[in-house]
Amino acid sequence: MMLLRQTVSRLITTLITLFGVAVIVFVVIRVVPGNPIAMMLPPGASETDIERLKTLYGLDKSIFEQFVIWFGNVLHGDFGTSISTRQPVLSLVLDRLPATLELSIMALVMAVAIGGALAVLGTRFRGRKTEAGIDVANGIGLSIPDFLWGLALILLFGVLWPVFQISGRVSPRLELPFTNQFYLFESLARLRFDITADLLSHMFMPALALALPLAAIISQLLKQSLKETVNLDYSVLARTKGYSETKVILSEALPNSILPTLTLVGVQFTFLIGGTVIIERLFSYEGLGNMAIDAVINRDLPLIQGIVILFAILFTFVNLAVDMTYAFLNPKLRHA
Amino acid sequence: MLDGRGSIRRRSGARLWLSAAWLTVFVLAALLAPLISPHDPLAQDLMLGRLPPAWIAGAEPGYWLGTDSLGRDVLSRIIHGARIALVVALIAGTATCLLGSVLGLVAGFYRGWADRLISRLVDIWMAFPPVLFAILLIAVLGTGLTSVILAIVIIDWTRFCRVVRAETLNQSKMDYVHSAKVAGFTRLRTLATEILPNVLPTIIALLTLEMGIAVIVEAILSFVNLSISTDQPTWGGMIAEGRTSIHQAWWVLVFPLIALFLTVLSFAQFGDGLRERFDPVLR
Repeated sequence: MMLLRQTVSRLITTLITLFGVAVIVFVVIRVVPGNPIAMMLPPGASETDIERLKTLYGLDKSIFEQFVIWFGNVLHGDFGTSISTRQPVLSLVLDRLPATLELSIMALVMAVAIGGALAVLGTRFRGRKTEAGIDVANGIGLSIPDFLWGLALILLFGVLWPVFQISGRVSPRLELPFTNQFYLFESLARLRFDITADLLSHMFMPALALALPLAAIISQLLKQSLKETVNLDYSVLARTKGYSETKVILSEALPNSILPTLTLVGVQFTFLIGGTVIIERLFSYEGLGNMAIDAVINRDLPLIQGIVILFAILFTFVNLAVDMTYAFLNPKLRHA
Repeated sequence: MLDGRGSIRRRSGARLWLSAAWLTVFVLAALLAPLISPHDPLAQDLMLGRLPPAWIAGAEPGYWLGTDSLGRDVLSRIIHGARIALVVALIAGTATCLLGSVLGLVAGFYRGWADRLISRLVDIWMAFPPVLFAILLIAVLGTGLTSVILAIVIIDWTRFCRVVRAETLNQSKMDYVHSAKVAGFTRLRTLATEILPNVLPTIIALLTLEMGIAVIVEAILSFVNLSISTDQPTWGGMIAEGRTSIHQAWWVLVFPLIALFLTVLSFAQFGDGLRERFDPVLR
């Protein structure tokens, strides 16, 4: 019962947040100096042409009217037409979303793997040099943002020891027999492992750059809660039963330390998705973030709006999902 | 327990001194840029284009870290780039800190509708991808140093607001706040003289962290060519240029990147070190 009420109230605040985002984007964009209409027309276009286009894009009405019309359309799934490419915003955005999702999820997996491994290692060798080394690595990982990791990786694996691709999503020479934009997923499903390898080679550095700060956070927090649980009664009992220290950590302490880390990972995952904007730019990866920067530079208002809203939906729903998972996994909340 | 604290203090000591040392170099370089840089950072000489650093064959004497494709001295540009970084760190960092901390203190102490309003705003802000938001704001505000600083403040105040609000909430439940009430302190006085001093260590640690973040945001905006005019040397601008000629002249990318790395790392470690040093529990 409580879980249900909680779900409903969280859903309502999520919708309020999204509405707030829509209002703010709309207002901010309408203050942009530089007439987007002027950019669409050849020089020397007549006044009537300008007026006609303004009417077409609804730019002749008041901001409030424009918002009501635009928001009504958005509720019907119509995000308008991109000014620079003249294609529907929704299809442009949905075309790029899979690329960004694949990159973000790959980064999340890497972060959990690296962070989890370091946490277990640090707990296994607690109080020794290994743990001190991991602490220093965590400190550096936490302080350096993804943008700088990306540049460092380009130098390392793109120039000094060029083993990975430094730009794009897939090699242009490859013929892609795909029907959707989830390339990685589809290449696996079609058993085209040559394409999978090429995709991974492009994805490795941007994903690692996004993963490193999060890996440091996971490692730090998980190690902290692991170190608390390895001294609790059930861990001591497992040890007296003759379990090895590593087994105590993995099978006794780990399942009981996951919960606090999980909530944090959820919040941090939204930061990671936000980081794709600049990382995609840095690696010329054809995702949503790269398109967003182009849209801002081209002053493509409808496209900017669409992308920001989509990111906001992604963020709020990741948070919602994490809260719900937490509530579901936490026995105190589940049985209340 | 005792030696545990000792080892933490020793480690934080080394961190504190190392980061303070780099930050001193950084601030001095920024202040004395015209005096210490070996060349004019804007002087172009195509005959001297893409010279390697001094220890590699083909270098010209006097160009310690080499030159970029237009023959501009990399070292001089890094030294001058420190000026922009310093201005952004100080002004944007402090302004963000003030705005976010005040809102956080108000929300956490007064609660009620102010808290609901501020917390809702924070939620909305958190739903924006920060880099995209920054680029959008620059597109609206126009490029230039003021716009960059303004964009950082508008985006990052939530970082302070969330933490300070939580900390203020914790402090408000303490006995000393209740005593202040009994002693007849006004609410504002309680907030300013009782709670603020206890939240201050957190704020200061966040402030130094924010200074590093501000430097990064400026570099990111310079990187996408949206920061300040292109004839002003900035680390981000140098990195953007270095990224395009990475296979011909790696030094154009590497040295500004190292400067940025050390500065951001030092700001973060300095803040952490300070907090540990002044943490009453560890002390």
